[in-house]
Amino acid sequence: MTIADTAARFETVIGLEVHVQLSTATKMFCGCAVAFAAPPNTLTCPVCLGLPGSLPVLNRRAVELGLRAALVLGCQIEPESQFHRKNYYYPDLPKNYQISQYQYADHPPLATAGVLVFEVGETVHRIGIRRVHLEEDTGKLVHGEGRSFVDYNRCGTPLMEVVTEPDLRSPEEARLCLARLRVLLQYAGVTTGRMEEGTLRCDANLSLRLPGTAHGIRTEVKNMNSLRSVERALRFEQARQAALLARGEAVVQETRHWDEHRQVTFASREKEEAQDYRYFPEPDLVPLRVDEAWIARIRADLPELPEARRRRYVEAYGLPEHDAGLLTATRPMADFFEETVRHFPQPKVVSNWLLGDVAAYLNAAGLEIEEAPLAPAALAELLALIDAGTLSGRSAKEALEEMLRTGRGAGEIVRERGLVQISDEAQLRAVVDEVIADHPAAAGDVRAGKGRAIAFLVGQVMQKTRGRANPGLVNRLLRERLGAG
Amino acid sequence: MPASLADRPAWELRALYRRKAASPREAARAVLDRLEALEHRIHAYLFWDADAVVAQAARWESRAHREDAPPLAGVPVALKDNICTRGWPTTAGSRILDGFRPPYDATVVARLRRAGAILVGKTNCDEFAMGSSTENSAFGPTRNPWDLDRVPGGSSGGSAAAVAAGEATLALGSDTGGSIREPAAFCGVVGLKPTYGRVSRYGLIAFASSLDQIGPFARDVRDAALALRVIAGRDPADSTSAEIEVPPYDEQLAGEVKGLRLGIVREFLSEGTDGGVAAAVREAVQTLRGLGAVCEEVSLPHAPYALPAYYLVAPAEASSNLARYAGVHYGHRTARADDLYTMYARTRREGFGPEVKRRIMLGTYALSAGYYDAFYLRAQRVRTLIRRDFEAAFAKFDALLGPVAPTTAFRLGERTQDPLQMYLADVFTVPVNLAGVPGISVPCGFAGGLPVGLQVIGRPFDEGTVLNIAYALERATDFHAARPPVASAAR
Amino acid sequence: MIDDRIVDHVARLGRLELSPEERELFRAQLGSILEHFRRLDALDLTDVPATSHVLPVANVLRDDVAQPSLAREDALGNAPEAEDGYVVVPPVIEAE
Repeated sequence: MTIADTAARFETVIGLEVHVQLSTATKMFCGCAVAFAAPPNTLTCPVCLGLPGSLPVLNRRAVELGLRAALVLGCQIEPESQFHRKNYYYPDLPKNYQISQYQYADHPPLATAGVLVFEVGETVHRIGIRRVHLEEDTGKLVHGEGRSFVDYNRCGTPLMEVVTEPDLRSPEEARLCLARLRVLLQYAGVTTGRMEEGTLRCDANLSLRLPGTAHGIRTEVKNMNSLRSVERALRFEQARQAALLARGEAVVQETRHWDEHRQVTFASREKEEAQDYRYFPEPDLVPLRVDEAWIARIRADLPELPEARRRRYVEAYGLPEHDAGLLTATRPMADFFEETVRHFPQPKVVSNWLLGDVAAYLNAAGLEIEEAPLAPAALAELLALIDAGTLSGRSAKEALEEMLRTGRGAGEIVRERGLVQISDEAQLRAVVDEVIADHPAAAGDVRAGKGRAIAFLVGQVMQKTRGRANPGLVNRLLRERLGAG
Repeated sequence: MPASLADRPAWELRALYRRKAASPREAARAVLDRLEALEHRIHAYLFWDADAVVAQAARWESRAHREDAPPLAGVPVALKDNICTRGWPTTAGSRILDGFRPPYDATVVARLRRAGAILVGKTNCDEFAMGSSTENSAFGPTRNPWDLDRVPGGSSGGSAAAVAAGEATLALGSDTGGSIREPAAFCGVVGLKPTYGRVSRYGLIAFASSLDQIGPFARDVRDAALALRVIAGRDPADSTSAEIEVPPYDEQLAGEVKGLRLGIVREFLSEGTDGGVAAAVREAVQTLRGLGAVCEEVSLPHAPYALPAYYLVAPAEASSNLARYAGVHYGHRTARADDLYTMYARTRREGFGPEVKRRIMLGTYALSAGYYDAFYLRAQRVRTLIRRDFEAAFAKFDALLGPVAPTTAFRLGERTQDPLQMYLADVFTVPVNLAGVPGISVPCGFAGGLPVGLQVIGRPFDEGTVLNIAYALERATDFHAARPPVASAAR
Repeated sequence: MIDDRIVDHVARLGRLELSPEERELFRAQLGSILEHFRRLDALDLTDVPATSHVLPVANVLRDDVAQPSLAREDALGNAPEAEDGYVVVPPVIEAE
């Protein structure tokens, strides 16, 4: 029996553990700013450094973002939850315990029992959310020759952990589920969800079993840094386990790391000491109580979610379903679209440019809209120039490319490159006359009533003006000169 | 001979400043002279800075007499060494923090500075406040000013001894299981453990976070009230500090106990309590009765279970609180480690003393898988029963009375070999911490020439009543006025 | 009820290197202390909730407003070993 046969016989069971960094200005338990890539150890205070005598105070915004996520995921919000200490020693954990809402004994986390719905073609998947809880992030370690270096800047950054039930049945489903979760949380303003910056991190548990039997032995896969690598890593792990089982060997319960470069998972070399985290209620923090009134306020403040936006784009902006779907695929794109429309209220034109030239550029450059230096107001300015007849479509494409590359303004580029459309009749008439003189045959065809030849002459005028001539005006002038109707 | 400025209470210093009969510089000088004369025998301090004391006094020299001077303007105050002071060494009596200088002030320190206090230095204590005799300090014990062969109590022994000997006018300590009240009783001064949440813990090096509370040592009740007023109140940096108004305790002392219902805790006057201690306490009860208080016996039936519950909960929290002392980014780091595990384990072996290690072991065990339910969780449940005992008692009584400790100050070395024997010193004080209620030790007599303290326990956030009862006793007696011989000789 | 295996396990969890004498001492002392504490077993604790906080307070929260952080010299001022703005520790991943 081949490995493929074995794999086909087994059912794959996957659950995700997703850590997202909450979009707060400050850390979970202190007033230090949250920032990406600051110089080491410049964003710390007695609290996040775990200095003797310091005490944590919970960030209200972090709680509210956690509650938002819980609502978006249809969770049951616990009326009372409590932070706990998870005790273990590691140099990136300055107190040598992590403050977390981890669920144990009869202590509930922030929220439980939610569901994440997503569609793949006609199939609707409903994935259970086991729990949502809040915790603090650790610092960062840099490994050097014979020693390690600790940067505490990230210590105490607010994190939310979302744990799914093991309801996923394929690596592809896992990727789609994560993508859906990311979009929802981005829309809800809970997180920026950038895997490459680590504001969204995903671990996965995978096991194989014969349909209808109990769960097999699972492995935990870590270090997957993109949606694509989640699918690839799980595919590898699926095949690896299937191969073991096909050979009659057992799967070892362990943590495995995904090596993006080699495209394999490997067992973690760190000693897997039997963990005993000695959880107990964090005495320095009082309980968190969430009543109906608070939930109602969070619900009322909830940003518009992707489905609602898509509907609005169709109904209020009159966009085709297809456009609306693509524009709302990520929140940054949808936000960009709306902001542009605010400055230039022709939704379909904005949509055409965003989904056309802008999307093509981003695709080629491997960028997301929020990573390009283009601002919505700048795009709107460009579209207004076209609309006013100042800029031809062709020149606009040229200007846009530079705007996306450099972030410079449309007007500036147009002026500098002399891209302003020529609508001056006298100036164009001279060019038209030149073209007629250069192409007597074509001119004759037009005079003879062969209308198609006029397009060639228009093209010649455009070429001579480097695309800056107003094409409508050129057309009229040619017809006047050649007496065509 | 008039009393030295070093022996005057703070409120008296303020009155003298106002009349320009004394000045902060003179008071500071008197305290420094006393300190320099006695420190080699008492060892109340781990650190002091005479230049800083003089400089702080100078700052108030021309202003302390004014009506609008802050409440502790020009008053010399000592701080237990587990309270963080920006730029001053803060060791909590531990080798592992030798040389550590915090980059920040505890909230109480900031409040003292704002109130005009002259900060004298850092007082000796049991390592990480774990002990009842100050013998567990890594830097040598403090001696009791009343008898230099005896302990001052603990863990805030240095603060109690400093105030008793005139080496400070006021001092702050911390009380997790009796660490203010017991040394106050042993040294014949007033010591108040406020309600949990009354005083900010921000900057107090944690021993057991759900029990720790900072409080004052003073020579009389009025001073304790004054000091509490300065340090109490909500602090945004401490989630467990309560949003409850702080009354002007010192101004509200009336000494009136007529009609107050006082419960004498039966379990605290059992056969385990020294005859001399019990006699002094009964005498104090008689005094209060004479002043019109209604005193009756009351039972706290679960009090006998408080000691084991405390010695599970406190070490459990401590095992986690002390995990940070591992040689990574502050404190001692072993010179002999090539790998991380060895660095942690050896640093802690070298840095911690035996009692701290014992409690880390005990607390780690109580929280570990398989033992959590039987020990930690069980102890937290017993805590509920103890709280309920107090609630029931306070339904009938305005305050409760009893001894602070079963004995007077014991001899140095007497109990160091037997941890359980040492723990027994806390038997009457730990129930108060487990319930989070306020308690005071006020001098109520002598037994065998050594001071005895009466413990007055109040309802949550009712420090006012506790202080008032203590004040009534103080006015009717003169035990608080007695000075230890070593201090009188140093005048 | 406290044997060497438990003492070693607990010491490892608590990152305490023990001398042979300490190991022996703690085994005996923890044993007798815990034995003494068995008196708690006499209590019927059915339906008695645990008290982890004595204050009847919940939801103490701070606004999400940034405060100044420590200067790096202050943050690292007590570090046993620091270099280039980092705290230095023995290798976290052991050499192969």
